[in-house]
Amino acid sequence: MFFRLSRRGFVAAGVSLPAMGWSGWGVHAAVPMGFDQARSLLSRTAFGATPDEIRALEAQDYESAVDRLLGNFRPQAATPAPAWIDLGPAEVRRQQRAAEAGRKPGVDGKPLQIARPVQEQGRELRNWWVEEMLVTDQPLVERMVLFWHNHFTSSMLKVRYAPAMFRQNALFRREALGNFRILFKAVARDPAMLIYLDGIRSVADEPNENFARELLELFTLGEGHYSEADIKAAARAFTGRTIDRETGGFVDRPQRHDDGEKTFLGRTGRFGGDEIVDILLAHPRTAETIVEKMWREFVSLKPDTAEIRRLAASFRSGGYEIRPLLRSLLLSRAFRDPGNRGSLIKSPVELIVGTVRVLGLPVQEKTQLVRMMQGLGQVPFDPPNVKGWAGGESWITTYTLLLRQQFLRRIVEATTVAPMEPGINMAARSNRRAERRQQMPPDEGSVQMMEPARPVEGRSLRNAGTAARLGPGLGSADSATLIRALLPRPPIDRVDASRAPGEVVAAVLLDPAYQLK
Amino acid sequence: MGQILLLIELKGGNDGLNTLVPYADPRYRELRAGIGVARERILPLDEKVGLHDKLEPLLDSWNAGDFAILQGVGYPYPNRSHFRSIEIWDTASAASQTLSEGWIAQAFQATHLPQGAAVDAIVADTNALPMTGPALRTIVMQDAENFLRQAGAMKDTAGMSDDGNPALRHLLGVRREINAAAAGLRDRLRATPSPTYAYSQDNGLGRQLDLATRLLAAKVPVVAIKLALGGFDTHANQAPTHERLLGILAAGLAALRKNLIAADLWNDVVVMSYSEFGRRVRQNASGGTDHGTAAPQFVLGGGVKGGLYGVYPSLTDLQDGDLKHSIDFRSVFATLAQGCWGLQRDFGLRQPQRLGFLA
Repeated sequence: MFFRLSRRGFVAAGVSLPAMGWSGWGVHAAVPMGFDQARSLLSRTAFGATPDEIRALEAQDYESAVDRLLGNFRPQAATPAPAWIDLGPAEVRRQQRAAEAGRKPGVDGKPLQIARPVQEQGRELRNWWVEEMLVTDQPLVERMVLFWHNHFTSSMLKVRYAPAMFRQNALFRREALGNFRILFKAVARDPAMLIYLDGIRSVADEPNENFARELLELFTLGEGHYSEADIKAAARAFTGRTIDRETGGFVDRPQRHDDGEKTFLGRTGRFGGDEIVDILLAHPRTAETIVEKMWREFVSLKPDTAEIRRLAASFRSGGYEIRPLLRSLLLSRAFRDPGNRGSLIKSPVELIVGTVRVLGLPVQEKTQLVRMMQGLGQVPFDPPNVKGWAGGESWITTYTLLLRQQFLRRIVEATTVAPMEPGINMAARSNRRAERRQQMPPDEGSVQMMEPARPVEGRSLRNAGTAARLGPGLGSADSATLIRALLPRPPIDRVDASRAPGEVVAAVLLDPAYQLK
Repeated sequence: MGQILLLIELKGGNDGLNTLVPYADPRYRELRAGIGVARERILPLDEKVGLHDKLEPLLDSWNAGDFAILQGVGYPYPNRSHFRSIEIWDTASAASQTLSEGWIAQAFQATHLPQGAAVDAIVADTNALPMTGPALRTIVMQDAENFLRQAGAMKDTAGMSDDGNPALRHLLGVRREINAAAAGLRDRLRATPSPTYAYSQDNGLGRQLDLATRLLAAKVPVVAIKLALGGFDTHANQAPTHERLLGILAAGLAALRKNLIAADLWNDVVVMSYSEFGRRVRQNASGGTDHGTAAPQFVLGGGVKGGLYGVYPSLTDLQDGDLKHSIDFRSVFATLAQGCWGLQRDFGLRQPQRLGFLA
């Protein structure tokens, strides 16, 4: 891989730093990372980055900044949980039946729309997570929660029991940057997973192979590294794991467990689920599968097999700690290579959440954002199948590219700026957000600022000229800085940096380079 | 080349038993005591089965012999999840297999399509999975005006450098595809008159059929077009909803047939309806039906040999309360690939059935 500098010198600032220090060789000296490197780091670890956030980082030493980024985090969400998270499956089913039975036809013969609890809770759940992504002060955690959700997939469409999906999300959040061994063992007992891959039906007399098959094919080894007999053995080992109908919690039913002898990946014993997980954790492919995915998520769509093997080996020998693995990835040469900037495609969630965050748009109704995510192919809590979202280039098709442009154009044309008029409606808006902020646990150093001025619906960014008021994150930057902050590489279409900031932001959002990170 | 396949996805799981009714079977009355279609509302096609009377507009086609009904279409180890089952259909997978490429795209693998209008398949619905894959250039558009306007707002990428960045190369490639498709469609569609027989504008299917008719009349050289009608997930109080949907479907298809005959295009098109699954044989306590398995499929077109195909699944020999399929849907796909496009494909079946509904 070679360094490619733009003809326009766009990425030239601060790129001469060699990637050093991550493996301990050489003497590490604190060097400011520079604007573009700071931008690149944030674009792949947060949801978008404002010029102020980039500036706050640019003077820092890269390695120290990565360490701070990976520092302590809150293992719970800041957004208050929906009210129904403690409902058991039996109760949810009873409510659903009651709602269905009460469904009456309307005058035109169409059934009247009713709120069905399962669907309603699913909607609230998606909105809850989107809200958390919008307000969080630790976006890296959310990105890792999404990552684990896309690895150990479960879908509300199949599970149809939102409390379990919420609890699974809480598990991913707890171990987001924690320990993969702990996470893995917990996932194998996770009620949403047990429903999603039919573990609840899997009993000694009739083991269901769904979980065992995906466990080997998708979660750990990958095709070609196991046999059908291994799937059958693993399926037997996990029998008896189910959920309690009243609470929805995990229960082990020893009388339904097959405790006979099994041969799994060449080893024989009266294995239960935990032993199967241990055998898989001892297999080099498990760590490689995780590292390959992390590489694709954070570094590049082009795998570097030798480097992935090396990182996987230390992931495994280091007891599967996630934080040091992510640290190595963020400090890797490939990650820091300026030629690598803009080589990943933003997921729908990143595009939508990132845009709303960076522009500082008020969003009262999250359902609209979720609908857009659905159009673009990524609904949180509803991966398309057990493989999860394929991501990468598959995010962009003729259909989704037009829809992405449509979403961004709508933001540019209608949802953004006008000079703020005092008093109108803003109190209600800001109060809602302020209340939420106050509900966060007090946390030194987290953002606890007063509600800042934010853009409102009204005139187009594009032609508001100098009257355009950008959100707090963008308001203070000049046009040239805005281009450098919002794009990972020079614009593809022409963006005239001499225009007013509002116009420049409008042009930048519609530039193809904005789809990249 | 060949015929254009017009797919109509009936979303939510169409109740096959109340679409093509096994009216002579006493078990039908027993299992559908509340929501069974009354005898006097059935249009008998033979001594055993008949159509729901809301499908009356399709009798012209039946009598003309260009309406085939495939009975008991399904697959082994049926999955009763909407999203998983439609994915199985759309990718021609076995129930235990997850494929990512659509069956039409699979059929065209390693073939050379003419460059034509820079688009090979058009989806007026939102689910483009059957035609998703590297072999086809598929455009999703709810209406042509909107698509052309949006594409027009996108700058031309010809000659732009991707700086050796594969993600950017992909992005620019997609943009070029959109631009090329818009250029290919713009002039053709502008010169096309409105359909002779207007479609109902009160439902999505009518608007989609209007678009499809214009695309066909404009002779846009696509291999397939996909439309959809939603709302078939009738768990409660099924009858009024289901009747309304069958009425929309039949009126739409009958108008399509008249339009295509008038435009001398009826022999160039094969229309096929399908759904992710049929519904449970026994109705539920809410006057509806739950997710089931096998169901009938409609195939219409000037080149279609009308009639009933396959056998109606038994209402006594059930599996978990559901019908056992008698035709594997992949045999239907294999028949279509051969008949429409002259492509021999088995879609993973060792010996796909040759169904003979296409000349």
